[in-house]
Amino acid sequence: MKLSKVAEILNASVVCGKENLSREVTHAFASDLMSDVLTIDSRNLLLLTGLTNVQTIRTSEMADIQNIVIVRNKKVTPEMLEIAKENDIVILECNYSLFRACGKLFTAGLEPVY
Amino acid sequence: MLFEYSIKGGDFSTAGQASSRFKKVLQQLNVPPQTIKRIVIALYEAEVNIVAHAFEGTINIEVQPGYVVMTLTDKGPGIPDIEKAMEVGYSTASPKVREMGFGAGMGLSNIKNNADILEIQSKINQGTTLKITVNLNQENVIKE
Repeated sequence: MKLSKVAEILNASVVCGKENLSREVTHAFASDLMSDVLTIDSRNLLLLTGLTNVQTIRTSEMADIQNIVIVRNKKVTPEMLEIAKENDIVILECNYSLFRACGKLFTAGLEPVY
Repeated sequence: MLFEYSIKGGDFSTAGQASSRFKKVLQQLNVPPQTIKRIVIALYEAEVNIVAHAFEGTINIEVQPGYVVMTLTDKGPGIPDIEKAMEVGYSTASPKVREMGFGAGMGLSNIKNNADILEIQSKINQGTTLKITVNLNQENVIKE
């Protein structure tokens, strides 16, 4: 699924990486616990989280995660944006709860990691 | 090649900067992405541990043709029971650490999973040293 499609399904705004919306994701993982995010296979992965601090982006950088959806109407900080830009990470912001966002993407065909 | 980074305890705004810098070094050295991921996840977990638990720390990294050795030495409370600390789910992290998305008691076991050799030495009220070795050629692995 292209990130542009993810943004459409979640009615999300693109806050970083507009030029990379043709990127494909096949799997998604949802967590506010970065310790868990650091243990998963991250190929073609979309991360959904409500955790908005700089460690969300650092974790993604270390785990080779390039695509993030911020849920629950949380807003990314300028520090997060700076590191995301540096690492070619796409960030979408959406108003939906984590459950609702996951449900919509699962129904549309995104696979779970496990 | 040798690299050294200083880490400040308690400063989550800069946690991960050393790991980020070293990741760029590995990319420049053309290390395969899957191997880079193992190295930097182990390093980042260990860096976050210093920020979360210690007053200060130093990371020394030695890059050799076949492997990387990362030695993280901190001044801090030390680990009273290393075996217990290795258990998944055991944590002494503060609420502040948990707010940052860590402190679930998974760090040391995740470091072990990504390392080929992990050695831990700790002295109460003095500090902890982690020595993490990762082979660069994962097809020809020498295990401990």
